[in-house]
Amino acid sequence: MIFDPHIITDHLDEIGSGFMITLATWTSGVVLGIALGMLIAIAQLFGNNLVRAPLRVFIELIRSTPFLVQLFLVYYAGPAFGLSLEPIPAGILSLGIYGSVYFAEIFRTGFESVARGQLEAADCLGITRWQCIMRIQVPQMLVIILPALVNLVTILCKETAVLSIITIPELTMVLTGIGSETFAFVETLLVLCIGYLLLVEACSRLGMFLERRVGRFMNRQAQ
Amino acid sequence: MFDWPLLIQNLPLMLEALLVTLQVTVAALVIGFVIGVVVGSLRLSPIPLLRRLGGGYIFVFRGIPLLVQLLFIYYFLPRIGLPNVSPTVAAIIGLSLAAGAYIAEIMRGGFLAIPEGQLEAAGLLGLSNAQMLVRIRVPQAVRLTLPALVNEMILLIKASSLVSVVGLADLTRTAQNMAASDYLFVQDYLMLAAFYCLINIPLAFCGGLLERRLKGHLA
Repeated sequence: MIFDPHIITDHLDEIGSGFMITLATWTSGVVLGIALGMLIAIAQLFGNNLVRAPLRVFIELIRSTPFLVQLFLVYYAGPAFGLSLEPIPAGILSLGIYGSVYFAEIFRTGFESVARGQLEAADCLGITRWQCIMRIQVPQMLVIILPALVNLVTILCKETAVLSIITIPELTMVLTGIGSETFAFVETLLVLCIGYLLLVEACSRLGMFLERRVGRFMNRQAQ
Repeated sequence: MFDWPLLIQNLPLMLEALLVTLQVTVAALVIGFVIGVVVGSLRLSPIPLLRRLGGGYIFVFRGIPLLVQLLFIYYFLPRIGLPNVSPTVAAIIGLSLAAGAYIAEIMRGGFLAIPEGQLEAAGLLGLSNAQMLVRIRVPQAVRLTLPALVNEMILLIKASSLVSVVGLADLTRTAQNMAASDYLFVQDYLMLAAFYCLINIPLAFCGGLLERRLKGHLA
C-alpha cells in the first residue's frame, strides 16, 4: 500500500473548488446563524410570552434533531411548503438554522453576564433599549462569549461535511467522488482528514489570537 | 398533507429502526466511555509523552467530521488488510472513537475535581494505580459528570443519524428508504424528526434534573 500523490495532483482543480465551496457554505452558514441567533436571543430576553413560548419550542426541536434530518426537511420537504431551493442555498439555510439556536444560547448567556446596574444606569441616562443593546451589552459580552463562539464555529465547519449528502460538491463530496472513480480511497480520505484538521486548527488558532487581542484590550481598559 | 393509514403502517418499521439506532448508540457510549477513561487518564499522566498521546487522540477525533471518520473506517480498513467490516461494526467503531474523544475531555474534568488527598490516602493503603482508577476515581468522576454524560448521549443519538451513509438501517436510513418509495417527503421526514425528539427531549429533561440535583449537593 503506497501513497500515490498523482491521484491528488491530477485532481487539484476539483479539490480546490471543493475546498472553496466548503469555505463558502461554512462562512455563509455562520453569518446567517449569528444573525438569526442574535434575533432569537434578543426576542427571548426582551419579547413577551407570545414570542418566547414558540421560540422555546423551536429551539428544543432544533436541538433535539440531527442536522442531517433538518437538511432533509429543508431540501426534500421544503418544496411542499413552497420553498424550492438549489442544494447550496438549502445547505446554507439549514446550517444557519441549525447554528442559530446554539448561537442564541451563547448570546443569551452573554447578555445575562452584563451587570444589571449598567442597564439601569443606561436607562437613567435616557439611552434607548436598542442603543443599549448595540453599544453597551454586545461589545462587552463579545469578550466573554468568544471561546464558546469559536467552539461553535468549528463545530459548524465539521457539519459542512454532511452537506455532501444532498450533493453539494464540497470537499467531502469531491474527494469521496475521486475515491470511487479511482478506487484510491486511502489517498483521498487521508487528504480529506488532513484538510479538515487544518481548517479546524486554523479556526481555533484564529480564535486564540482573537481572545488574546480582546483580552489585552480589556486589561488596558481596566488600568 | 398526511397519509395517516400509510404512516401507521410504516410505524412498526420505524420502531425497528429506532431499536437499531439505540443499540448502536448505547454500544458506542459504553465503548466510548472506556476509551474516554483511558484517554482522559493519559491526558493527566505525569509522563509528557503519554499526555501528548492523549492530546493527539482528542485533536484527531474531534477535528475530523464524524461523516469523514465513518467513511474512512468503512473504506480504509478493508484496504489496509482488515477484513470487510459489516456496517454495524463500522458504525459502532466510528461512533465509539469519536465519543471517546469527547468523553475523555468530560472525564478529565471529573478526575480533576477529585481531592488529591483521597489518592494519597489510597496510595498509603496500598492500592495500585489501576485499583485507584476503577474504585476511586471513575465512580466519583461519573457522579460528578453525569449531566455532561447525558448530554453526550443526546449528541451521540443525533450523530448516529450519519451511520445511514455506511448502509446501516437506522432511523434516518429507514425514513430515507420510505421517502424514496412513496415520495411523501414531508410526512416521512417529519416522522423521522419526531422520533428523534421523542428520545432526546426526555433525555434532555433528565439531564436537567440531574444537573439541578448535583448543584443542590454541591451547594
